[in-house]
Order: sequence, then C-alpha cells, then structure tokens
Amino acid sequence: MKVQVDQSKCQGHNRCYAIAPELFDVDDLGNAFAIGDGVVGPHLAEKARLAVANCPEYAISIVEE
Amino acid sequence: MTTLDEKSIYGPVTSWQTDFDHADPSYNENAHAIWSELRGACPVAHTERYGGTWLPVTHDLVHEIAYDTEHFSSRGVVVATVKPSDLPDAIPAPIGGAPPITSDPPFHQDARRILLPAFSPKTIDLWEPEIRLLCRELIADMKAADVVDAATQFAQHIPVNVIARMLGFPPEDGEKFRGFVHDVLEAINLEPGKRAEAFMALDAYIAKQVQDHIDNPRDDLTNFLLNAKIYDQPLSLQHVGGSIILLLIAGIDTTWSAIGSSLWHLATNPVDRRRLVDNPALMPTAIEEFLRAYAPVTMARVVKDDYNFHGNEMKQNDWVLLPFPAANRDPKEFENADQVLIDREVNRHAAFGLGIHRCLGSNLARLELRVAVEEFLAAFPDFELAPDEVVKWSVGQIRGPRELPVRINARTL
Ligand code: SF4
Repeated sequence: MKVQVDQSKCQGHNRCYAIAPELFDVDDLGNAFAIGDGVVGPHLAEKARLAVANCPEYAISIVEE
Repeated sequence: MTTLDEKSIYGPVTSWQTDFDHADPSYNENAHAIWSELRGACPVAHTERYGGTWLPVTHDLVHEIAYDTEHFSSRGVVVATVKPSDLPDAIPAPIGGAPPITSDPPFHQDARRILLPAFSPKTIDLWEPEIRLLCRELIADMKAADVVDAATQFAQHIPVNVIARMLGFPPEDGEKFRGFVHDVLEAINLEPGKRAEAFMALDAYIAKQVQDHIDNPRDDLTNFLLNAKIYDQPLSLQHVGGSIILLLIAGIDTTWSAIGSSLWHLATNPVDRRRLVDNPALMPTAIEEFLRAYAPVTMARVVKDDYNFHGNEMKQNDWVLLPFPAANRDPKEFENADQVLIDREVNRHAAFGLGIHRCLGSNLARLELRVAVEEFLAAFPDFELAPDEVVKWSVGQIRGPRELPVRINARTL
C-alpha cells in the first residue's frame, strides 16, 4: 500500500501532515508530499486512510499494490 | 470604536429565500436553521440587496464556485453596498485591492507564493510559545472575576496581538485594528459614501506604518513585503499596502470568531467540556470539529459575465456568497452534520475554503485556536454562559460571538 499526493490538487490545508506526520511532510510553501516512496506499513494503514478521508481537496490517494 | 453613523440602508428581511441579508442581526444568530431551510427550498437564495447577491448553501455548489475562477472573480470578497465595479480607481482583476485574496489567476499564484513560506506549518509552529504566553497573560488579567467575557477579554486579543507582532505594528494600536476590521467586515450596509470614508482611514494608517518601515527597516513581515519581488521587480507600494490590509483584516475577526464559538460550545455543552478536560488527547479532533461546525468565514465572489448557474440567471457584477460554514453542515457531505462530535475522525471540512484561495493563515489560525482552548480549559475547567447576560453575535460574513459572558465555576489557581 502506498499514499500519493496529487500536487495539482493539494492546496496546503495540512490535514494530512497533522494526522500522519509519519507519512506526509510539507515543503516551504506548505504543500504536502508523501515521505520517501509513499509506502505505508501495516501499522500506519488506518492513519493513511484517515488522511485520505480528511483532505478537503481530495488530493490524496491510496494505491494498493 | 468607530465614528461611523451605522445605519443600514436596508429594512428587515422579508424572506430568506428571496430577500436575505447576511448583515441582518438575526442571520448569524440563526444561521444553521436558515441554511437548513434554504437547503431544502432553493438551494441558491437570492436578494436584490447590495446590487444583487446570491447565496448557494450546499457543499456541492459552494465547492463548484470556489473552483470556478473562470466565471467567478475574487476582485470583491466582502459583499457591501459598494461594488468593485462602482469604483473607477479600484485596482482591476487579476490583482485587486488586497492581493492575493482579491486576485485571480494567473497573477494570484505569483502573489500568493510570496506569502506562503511565512505561513507554512513549520514557520508558524515557532509562534506557539509566544501565543501560549499571551493566552496566559490574558487569563491572569481576568482570573479573579466570577463572570468574564470570553470574547472581549480573551479571544479577540489573541489574533490582534499576534498579527501586530508579525507585521511590526505598534501593539497599542490593537483597538484601532478592531475598528478597521469592524468597518470593513461588519459595517457593510451603510450608504456608500460613508463606507468609502472608513476605507480612507484604513489606507492612511497603513501608508503611515509602511513609511515607518521604509525609514526604519526591521525584521518583520512588513519589511519582508517591502523587500519581496514579483516578476523580478519590487512589489508596488499599492501591492504591499493591499497585502498588509489582507493580513490585518483577514486574521482578526475570523480567528476571534473561531475561538469564541469553540468556547461558546464548551460553555453550553458540559459533557464535551468535561471530556476534553479529562482527555486532552481528543483535542485534535475536537478542534477540527469546532472548525467544521462553527466555521466562521463566508467568502464572496463577483460574477464576471452574465452566467446561468444551475438555472439561476446571474448578472455581470452580481455578488455570490460562498458560505463554507453552510457547506460544512450539509448532510449530503457529513454524517450527522448538525451534531457536534468532538471525536469525529472523518471530517473533510471546508472551514478554510476550497481551491486556490485556501486561507493563507490557516496554520496560524488553527494554532491560535488550539492554544487558546487549551489554556482557557486549563485555567477554567468548569464554566457556563453567565445567567441573565446575553451572547451577542457578529453581523456579516464572519460569524462568531462578539460578547460571550461566561460564569467561571472552577479555576485552577
Ligand atoms: S490535506 Fe490535502 S490539501 Fe492539505 S496538505 Fe494534505 S494533501 Fe494537501
């Protein structure tokens, strides 16, 4: 399982970074990106789902591998 | 606070569907019931007031307009008796009078990029100790009283102080800022000439502060703007002044309202108050839920050209309100939308707007709100609305309590 942030949709609400700082970081402008290659360990799967469900811009998606 | 003769040019509202007025004192007080009525009935209300204004109240419609910069301009973001199109000297789209909030693409993004780093989460987090100290000082000043006004003695001072420090403006001018904010955001239904007077006073004040920063440069946001460049050129003084107006006006009433509404909720919901006192781990979801349920900010847009929006014949230069607080209470988007659930985990609220104009100060507002609630609860773990006193709500696009007398039933010092 991987998380992805669509940079063209992200407006920097920072909900994902607040919910799952293990999975998301923010750049100098306050826009989010997935840490590393976005891989989500099983213990963080729930947080990843919450980040997706709370992003106001529908910018985050989960890719199941 | 203000010298204006504050007489609305409009009479009482006769129908919320066809003659609404968001500056009618009963609007903000009964906002949730009004939106719910309109959602079932229209869902785009209209009024001839302010030269023609529309009010969509569902999440879908608010979302659609916020994303549609082709048909809707941000040139005017505060509905008032004066329209941008009435002012021949006004700075036109895509820049507008207070960039980037009044700007449209493509200029918007370039103006916004200048300010984003100053309001990114990591920069803003550094302010936490100072904000906490400020809250504690305010609380110390009102510790002994049995009844305190959580709006005027506490909530309102927090954003005023913080933005004055950020801009490097005299902290003792706080009262002045509140006057300007009131003139811009609340005194919207005055005879147009009177409104223009208020704006001249604001412009003159800002020009004086900017000049002082040119003469005596220091390390603050005002000098940062004076040194900033756009398209390889320094920002015009007009742009600097406009951005300062935005920072000064946009951060004060809004955050004050969010803090006040959250404390109003805790004063009127003892179960939630006790849960938060006993279990501070609920704070993150509680804060997001307060932001959803009591979102303070309704923005506005101007219709660019005549446009048929879902069967509504919008005319060029009509106003459109974007009530994010109504979107946040739409039962189609949120389960139990009208219940405040402080442990709500899935909460895709739009309190800070949607799309390219997402509130620039959202990280700061959220930080001020959280620290204010934490400190108030830590000092006063038990409080309720003061019996025999009245809560007074704001008028206009920013919704929150302007007077919030609470009786303190338990204090920790
Ligand atoms: S919650 Fe969404 S919009 Fe906000 S920073 Fe994360 S990805 Fe971007």
